[in-house]
Amino acid sequence: MNLLDVENLWVRFPSRRGVFDAVRGVSFTLGRERLGIVGESGSGKSMTGRAILRLIRPPGIVTADQISLEGVDLMKKSEREMRSVRGQRISMVMQDPKFSLNPVMTIGNQIIEAYRLHNRASKSEAYAKSLEMLEAVSIRDPERVMRAYPHEMSGGMGQRIMIAMMLIPNPEILIADEPTSALDVSVQRQVLDIMDRLVKERGMGLIFISHDLNLVADFCDRVLIMYAGRIVEICDADKLHDAQHPYTRGLLNSLPRLDAPKDRLEVLQRDPEWADADSVSGRV
Amino acid sequence: MSMLQIEKLNVWFGAGRDRVDAVKGAGFTVEQGASFGLVGESGSGKSTILRAITGLAPDWSGTITVDGKQISKARVKTFYKTVQMVFQDPYASLHPRHSVDQVLGETLHLHGFRDIDTRVVKLLDDVGLGQKFRFRYPHQLSGGQRQRVAIARALAPEPQLLLLDEPTSALDVSVQAEILNLLTDLRKDRGLTYLMVSHDLSVVGHMCERLAVMKDGEIVEIMDVAALRGMQATHPYSQHLLEASI
Repeated sequence: MNLLDVENLWVRFPSRRGVFDAVRGVSFTLGRERLGIVGESGSGKSMTGRAILRLIRPPGIVTADQISLEGVDLMKKSEREMRSVRGQRISMVMQDPKFSLNPVMTIGNQIIEAYRLHNRASKSEAYAKSLEMLEAVSIRDPERVMRAYPHEMSGGMGQRIMIAMMLIPNPEILIADEPTSALDVSVQRQVLDIMDRLVKERGMGLIFISHDLNLVADFCDRVLIMYAGRIVEICDADKLHDAQHPYTRGLLNSLPRLDAPKDRLEVLQRDPEWADADSVSGRV
Repeated sequence: MSMLQIEKLNVWFGAGRDRVDAVKGAGFTVEQGASFGLVGESGSGKSTILRAITGLAPDWSGTITVDGKQISKARVKTFYKTVQMVFQDPYASLHPRHSVDQVLGETLHLHGFRDIDTRVVKLLDDVGLGQKFRFRYPHQLSGGQRQRVAIARALAPEPQLLLLDEPTSALDVSVQAEILNLLTDLRKDRGLTYLMVSHDLSVVGHMCERLAVMKDGEIVEIMDVAALRGMQATHPYSQHLLEASI
């Protein structure tokens, strides 16, 4: 049984120069797996993630044949009903922890607030649970971190705190939008390991949005490659380096590589046909 | 001959209890026409070295020698004719209300050039933008085009040493390839010397011949790119960094 089934998703923004289609007829399913969405800026990958949670504000228009969470269509839910889905059943981690945490509240109070919003619990119970969460994301000194303010945290710690907060309600699906782009390579690994462990232990579905092809190839099970609002190719992550579509090939070839030095890097030649072709379906 | 020589460089911010030593005893030499990379994690002090060279970080000690001339705290005008810098974020480093023509024209004027008109056209051609971009504003340009304008501005005083602070980390990989190719060509055509900061080892491996690995404000290892490619880092931290980026 698929956790999530997205069929024919469109995101449109009306503008003075006509309607801009940010996402154009995207379909895919998510099981208990790590699904990667890669593409350049403006390819519609973040919009896809936000549309699932119905976080696109007017004048943006979202249409889809269905966005089903375990058989229930999210498109038919009211805004009030959506609120019990967001965070509770589908959580989202954004790119930069600096903009996602409240700067004038201690980390502890923020986690406790998030916990008590979703669970009826006493303060001490929530405190204990919060400590446990921070430990789950490998924060060494959780008591000190609970008392600290966001500016006292490094980027990697901030991102782990965000993940801890997202995991409190035990969601079925985690959408991570460039969760490690603001982090150093070695910290990146730690954050990925934590997410990986959580997916395995809790049987969560993970949608991992990134522009980093190597990272996605390494970390995910399945990858959707997006270009101009469409899915141009779908492949198993470990076979990403044998991808067929000229766009994916172009992106891979334009990366400098330590093991294969060359004088000039290949430059991606864009073909207008890529944008016109129909979206490939990622439904299983 | 060496274009840039740095010895026992210390850079610090703040004073007393709040003093942070961002760079501690750094030293390296970059030959004329060479390309040297500085790698390390955020907070390791790699960008601070660039800022100390250009005078953006005022509190430093040690010696910095550019093109045979030791630089003092107050920079002379000719210094900026020799050294120019390209910043990480092309969205932040261009004035939003100045057109490309104004940005380049003003720089040329400040450096005392007379034939500004022909030079602006030449600069735009050199960075692969062409004349049609001359009267555009930054918001009418893509990230890659903006970075090209920033490079054109740095090239305007005809410098010999270019300091590149993560010039492609805000760009998509396909655009990164274009900008790195442009930088390679410019270096070949003009005989420029590069000092490049990056957190991406493969970018430094592509662009540079030698590199220094930094950690907590100190240079832990200086090596050739050939050694980097052969995974022959000797310091445990460089090995760790290398493993993490493969």
